[in-house]
Amino acid sequence: MAAPDKSLRSSLGRVRGLGSAKDGTMHWWAQRTTAIALVPLTVWFVVSVIAHAGAPLAEVKAWIGSPVPAVLMLALVVAMFQHARLGVQVVIEDYVHCEAVKIAALLAVNGAALLFGGFAVFSILKLAFGG
Amino acid sequence: MAADSKGTANPHPRPLSPHLQVYRLPMLAILSITHRATGVGLAVGTLMLVCWLVAAANGEAAFNSVNGFLGSAIGRLLLFGWSVALFFHLANGIRHLFWDAVMGFEIRSAENSGWAVIAFTAVATLLAWSIGLAVAGGN
Repeated sequence: MAAPDKSLRSSLGRVRGLGSAKDGTMHWWAQRTTAIALVPLTVWFVVSVIAHAGAPLAEVKAWIGSPVPAVLMLALVVAMFQHARLGVQVVIEDYVHCEAVKIAALLAVNGAALLFGGFAVFSILKLAFGG
Repeated sequence: MAADSKGTANPHPRPLSPHLQVYRLPMLAILSITHRATGVGLAVGTLMLVCWLVAAANGEAAFNSVNGFLGSAIGRLLLFGWSVALFFHLANGIRHLFWDAVMGFEIRSAENSGWAVIAFTAVATLLAWSIGLAVAGGN
């Protein structure tokens, strides 16, 4: 038996280790996993964009429309928006101190990430399957 | 100034936050805030990528007008800024991942890796643009 401590936290609360935000280290961990995924994806993206600099639409369609680039592009967009959303959230939480403005900004950023991520995913799929 | 209970000056002054208007930030601090700034800039830049993808999916007219904007002076300037930010954030992000694994935390090695990040950013930007412009010229 451990010595009884003076904490007001329940044993269950302590063993779950989720803290007041109820998601523990999930935000921090998701920021890192997306960062690791984005390292190779970004290198691929930069090299591909350079290889297709100024290319006409037909060539872009042929590029993004083929299986491997299409899936890598989808992975890039999903990881990128998740990473950006988490990062901007921390910046807002650090610098915006008015609670109402902070919550509004967080809602806007999360909504925008979802919406623009959706635009990007749909466009990639249309380039791949749209003929 | 703060005084203790006997009314004498505090013999152990606590460290204060740097006064940002008169304090010259050390290189490590500059890189740290630049990581944030480039991150926010790149988050805005994702919207440009989405614009380009949506335009490509929409057809020839939309695609050509977005490409026209990106090829203009202001478009090129934006792309240049985003490319610098991307290379910096990529390299500095890898540096952060090493720190997360408790590697390279000594001030000396943090400074060395910081200079490596700056050098990588410069070289990668130069390389990307010289090759990219050559490819674009051929298209």
